[in-house]
Amino acid sequence: MKHIKTLPTKRLSQTTKKGGCGECQTSCQSACKTSCTVGNQSCEQK
Amino acid sequence: MIHQFKNNGYNIVLDVESGAIHQVDEPTYEMIARYKDCSRDELFSHMKDSFPDIDHQELNEIYDEIAQLESEGSLFSGEDYKEAFHDYSRRPTVVKALCLHVAHDCNLSCRYCFAAEGTYHGSSRELMSLETGKVALDYLVRNSGIRRNLEVDFFGGEPLLNFDVVKELVAYGRQLEHEHDKRFRFTLTTNGVLLNDEVMEFANRELYNVVLSLDGRRQVNDRMRPFRGSDAVGSYDRIVPKLLRFAKGRQGQYYVRGTYTHHNLDFTNDVFHLADLGFDQISVEPVVASSEDEYAIRKEDLPKLFSEYDRLAAEMVRRHGTPEDFNFFHFMIDLEGGPCVYKRLSGCGSGTEYLAVTPSGDLYPCHQFVGSEEFKMGDVFSGIHRHDLVGEFASCNVYSKPECRECFARFYCSGGCAANAYHFHGSILDTYEIGCELQKKRVECAIMIQVALADSSDESSES
Repeated sequence: MKHIKTLPTKRLSQTTKKGGCGECQTSCQSACKTSCTVGNQSCEQK
Repeated sequence: MIHQFKNNGYNIVLDVESGAIHQVDEPTYEMIARYKDCSRDELFSHMKDSFPDIDHQELNEIYDEIAQLESEGSLFSGEDYKEAFHDYSRRPTVVKALCLHVAHDCNLSCRYCFAAEGTYHGSSRELMSLETGKVALDYLVRNSGIRRNLEVDFFGGEPLLNFDVVKELVAYGRQLEHEHDKRFRFTLTTNGVLLNDEVMEFANRELYNVVLSLDGRRQVNDRMRPFRGSDAVGSYDRIVPKLLRFAKGRQGQYYVRGTYTHHNLDFTNDVFHLADLGFDQISVEPVVASSEDEYAIRKEDLPKLFSEYDRLAAEMVRRHGTPEDFNFFHFMIDLEGGPCVYKRLSGCGSGTEYLAVTPSGDLYPCHQFVGSEEFKMGDVFSGIHRHDLVGEFASCNVYSKPECRECFARFYCSGGCAANAYHFHGSILDTYEIGCELQKKRVECAIMIQVALADSSDESSES
């Protein structure tokens, strides 16, 4: 495309099929402890 | 829903429900903003008003590119996960993470400490016994169902005041791993005062993550993080050499973690200070305090804080790939391997999969609720008594918070911190506005960094 550059991202709707295993890190068990951030967590299935 | 924003010279469009991210030129940014609101003729007429030099062919090109992305489902996708999430959220909950308060005692006297200098508003200072800690780990394993990955954070107060118990509990955890086919990830959150070679060697061998507390510049750190005692000497000079030595010798994950307050709204200088000291894994985040505290972040501080996050993000792009490069926790974003949509919508897990354990074995929804009697859920010896609280926390997710349902950042913050919402509004189902605004800014900056890095990578492959 000439006007739009799309970043490679995981499509969220695809994750409904195999997601929800609950094995990934609990968000507060990281470096924060006072906010909730999940966007930076990693999927254990990847 | 789409979210458009400009940052560091980039025009960025986030398709919220699909997670797609697009970098666009100026006319495309404008056309996307109006694409759904008017006919093609009206749109082109408006575009010619805004961009007098643009020709019809270019307008057609832009329109066709937008239409293509729409047909592919990466623009205006509007996917609805409510039904799928509803089924998921009704599944029985298990416990997979414990915040183990091995010491309600501390050698520092941090002015903003939500744990009241380690005591959590309790009447006495207390250390967790090995026996209670073992029962807590047994409780975790017994209630973890088929989850294999379990997490335990040694927390306080200052957990190194009870280091012998920490060591014994890790050894016990390793034993449980074999017996029950589980994997423990242990984290230590420490102020660093008691770090020594023995702790370092142990941490490198056994701990998945270590969080080291330091606020930044000497005067900033020492104002809020003095030692206990009447002279209240600042901790910077004593801990920085230890933390640096630890970070340099660290094998495994670590973060140096600071808190910023109303007194250092230019916190970016503290992040740079930490980076310039030699730390490359940094997390600095806003204090959570009552609005009556003089150091609390106020609404009027937000514009300054937004500009600081912008400055930090731009500098991180500049430093990327250089020897000065560093990682900032709240700008981390995993676009290709991030969590599933269920995780993104579920909230933090407090009160359900994540529980805090006091030195005497009492269970609370998370470390921030410890000491609030109304949130005591039970204990590790007899289990959960307050199933009503479990139900309440289980219902805490993006769809249960009206402010979150239409927020562009909802797939990145998962509805925010329940404790913050409770402390400010008396309900875990509410939101904490200042925290939300800062979170939204951080998500934008995190995305901008990814766009900038992709842009510079494209440029280098073209040259």
